Amino acid sequence: MTQQQLSIAITGAGGAGVISVGELLLQTWAAGGGRGLLRKAFGPQIRGGESAALLKLTDTEHYTPADRYDLFLAFDWTNFNRFGDEITLCPGALVICGEEGELPPPVRAVDPDVHYLPLADLAVDTHEEGRVNMIALGLLGRLLGLASADLQSLARNKLAAKPQAYQDAAAACIEAGSQLSLPCQLAAPPLGEPGAWYLSGNQAAGLGALEAGVRFVAAYPITPASDVLEWMAGGLEKLGGQLVQAEDELAAINMTLGAAFGGVPSFTATSGPGLALMTESIGLAVASETPVTILDVMRGGPSTGIPTKSEQSDLNIALNGLHGDAPHLVLAPLDIADCVYTSAWAVHLAQGLQTAAIVLSDQFIGQSTAVVTEPVRCPRPEFPAQDSGNDYLRYRLTESGVSTLAAPGDADQRFTADGLEHNERGTPSARDDDHQKQLAKRAGKLNNHPFGDAWARIDGTGELALLCFGSAWAAVTEAATILADAGLSTRTVALRLVAPLQHERLAAALAGCRRVVVVEQNHGAQLFHYLRGQMEFAVPVASYSRAGPVPLNGRAIADYMTAEGR
Amino acid sequence: MKQSVKVRAKDYKSEVKPIWCPGCGHFSVLNAITKAFAGLGIAKDDTVLVSGIGCSSRLPAYVDSYGFHGVHGRGLAIAQGLKVARPDLTVIALGGDGDGFSIGGNHFLHACRRNVNMTYIAMDNEVYGMTKGQASPTTPADWDHSKLTPHGPGVRPFKPAALALAAGAPWIARGYSGNPNQMAGLIAAAIEHPGFSFLHVLSQCITFCPEQTDWKSIVSERSEPALSDADVAASLFHHEDGFQTGLLYAAPRNSWPGPQAQVQSADISEGFRL
Repeated sequence: MTQQQLSIAITGAGGAGVISVGELLLQTWAAGGGRGLLRKAFGPQIRGGESAALLKLTDTEHYTPADRYDLFLAFDWTNFNRFGDEITLCPGALVICGEEGELPPPVRAVDPDVHYLPLADLAVDTHEEGRVNMIALGLLGRLLGLASADLQSLARNKLAAKPQAYQDAAAACIEAGSQLSLPCQLAAPPLGEPGAWYLSGNQAAGLGALEAGVRFVAAYPITPASDVLEWMAGGLEKLGGQLVQAEDELAAINMTLGAAFGGVPSFTATSGPGLALMTESIGLAVASETPVTILDVMRGGPSTGIPTKSEQSDLNIALNGLHGDAPHLVLAPLDIADCVYTSAWAVHLAQGLQTAAIVLSDQFIGQSTAVVTEPVRCPRPEFPAQDSGNDYLRYRLTESGVSTLAAPGDADQRFTADGLEHNERGTPSARDDDHQKQLAKRAGKLNNHPFGDAWARIDGTGELALLCFGSAWAAVTEAATILADAGLSTRTVALRLVAPLQHERLAAALAGCRRVVVVEQNHGAQLFHYLRGQMEFAVPVASYSRAGPVPLNGRAIADYMTAEGR
Repeated sequence: MKQSVKVRAKDYKSEVKPIWCPGCGHFSVLNAITKAFAGLGIAKDDTVLVSGIGCSSRLPAYVDSYGFHGVHGRGLAIAQGLKVARPDLTVIALGGDGDGFSIGGNHFLHACRRNVNMTYIAMDNEVYGMTKGQASPTTPADWDHSKLTPHGPGVRPFKPAALALAAGAPWIARGYSGNPNQMAGLIAAAIEHPGFSFLHVLSQCITFCPEQTDWKSIVSERSEPALSDADVAASLFHHEDGFQTGLLYAAPRNSWPGPQAQVQSADISEGFRL
């Protein structure tokens, strides 16, 4: 059944507090059992640019960005125009604007129900320190049926570190906003169970890593990954771990390797440009069999690209960016809550298989916050016990391909980890025999591992398959729902483990399909080409790939499927 | 923790035979390291040598301790991550002039500044040896022995001690491969210094820079005590010929990280529950 939803877009100048409105509104809504997603969109400026809080209140936890907005609140029109192609309004949408003036053509085109309210004047009239965003919060709260007192108490909480006058001003403005009357009704979706969590995908990924045992993080700031590192700094301090702010990504990955060599589970987070800088040393992790986990919160690329907006275009570099034959793990969380599971799984796998794991999150799930039922946790997988024998050989050829990893301080297991090809002892070797055996060892330990059922999420049994990885799952699920309502049965396969590809499991998951469509958010159809290169498909395979920054859209995917007769 | 174990210098050598040319200064550095280890009674299991890429960076495999032979220029980053995560270990990073001052130059500056309690030994022969003799950041501007720069690099060479001082290194010394006993003493002192210690070693490459055999007549031992005033040291490092050996500068300051927060075993997910 199609999700019941109410979508609200709020735009204003960067620093005007638009995001705070979205967060306070969603958290108050969630405290009563409501579900919802807050997506944050920013221009490139730090302050004085534009920002948008894009809220979607729902009755389920399938969170796709809203494709149309029922309610639009613009502090002013200048800043709306900068988001023109990302905010589409429903026909007859309710539009509240704080500034008089001619409506932008895309707004006028939907024949909206427009209400002009002098929000800024009202803020100043209400309190000396009054701010327009709190007036807006009070008004939106009233439209959703939220108690002004609840909003005020949450706002006071958030402003606890600020002067009393700010807290009083916020409370007074929320109250004043809640007294505004508008001759309109909003149909909010039904509430769910209270007691949920509220977090971003970046926080979730950090949490999963720490819960999986990470106690060392090296950090170099980059949008949109900095907030993972900032959240982990606080978490590590509580847990007695260490975080170092590195001088660049080259240092960050190598510090991570150093700590991991010391036996401490280690992690770093970055985005595309940083991942590109790290690739040489990720290869070192593979060759030296040093366990590290790298979270890539993907943004628009190539080069500096679109740092503040989402895209799934780092798949190629994550899969193929390492020189030489360097088998490693590539995972992708499917949604915000799943960032906890997938990040923890990646850490466990990297540790257990002694290699590098790259986790492909993205700006959409990374920086959006959502109300979710307590996230499912990843249990620590079983790995074969290793017998190091009497003579310790760091790179001993074993049946599983995994050999005993000693750490400095361990008695009599001294070795030198090396990026040079080496023999079982770790002594550098350019011999053919050693090279063949060590290459086979490093590939074999990944291929031999039974990854279990978490490799993908599979729903439905229809003859038409929608295949994707990571955050595309939400849009694919939405498309499947729309198609089901239209009488077309599908199955969806969302890869959580992209490499090593689980060929047999994927073939089994697609058994009985008539057609497969590979859905992803990039220009080059990277997943489509990867899968085509990796395996034979018995049925026709098509590609639906759309680059960011506009999010993948379930309705557009569904339209594509039906229009093409797929 | 470090424990005193009676081990002879040669017992610290591994079974791996060095790939270095006969007459290479790096043999002398290897001997000085093992001699310093024996003098300090360093426990092999608690010691890690970390390096990048180059002739000198091969050294960890030749010592019977733990080691990490990383990628070009990044040894200092690996070593700092290791020491921060495992403060109980004795960590020594080492490498050559190309590795440390060119491709790894940024890490050198920030390691000096960060002041993690570890030692960095830069084995400087003013040349890229492993790639068969190209100019490095410390090569004289008129050195015309490389086909890559047939008229000489034409660039002012770095002054590693001056750079280290400017970047905040609290302990700076210089050794010479022709004086392994002095070098062993400096290495031992560097390890014992509670912070980042930078030992610049003039380590001759007779294969690509045979003129470096003349160093033995140029190198001097500095008799004055180590400087502790950065302004005075800056003047010295600016004006000296770069061939004075000994402990040149020592101004200990608190190493990083400082006092650690107590483990609170707090529920880190607490903030997410509504």
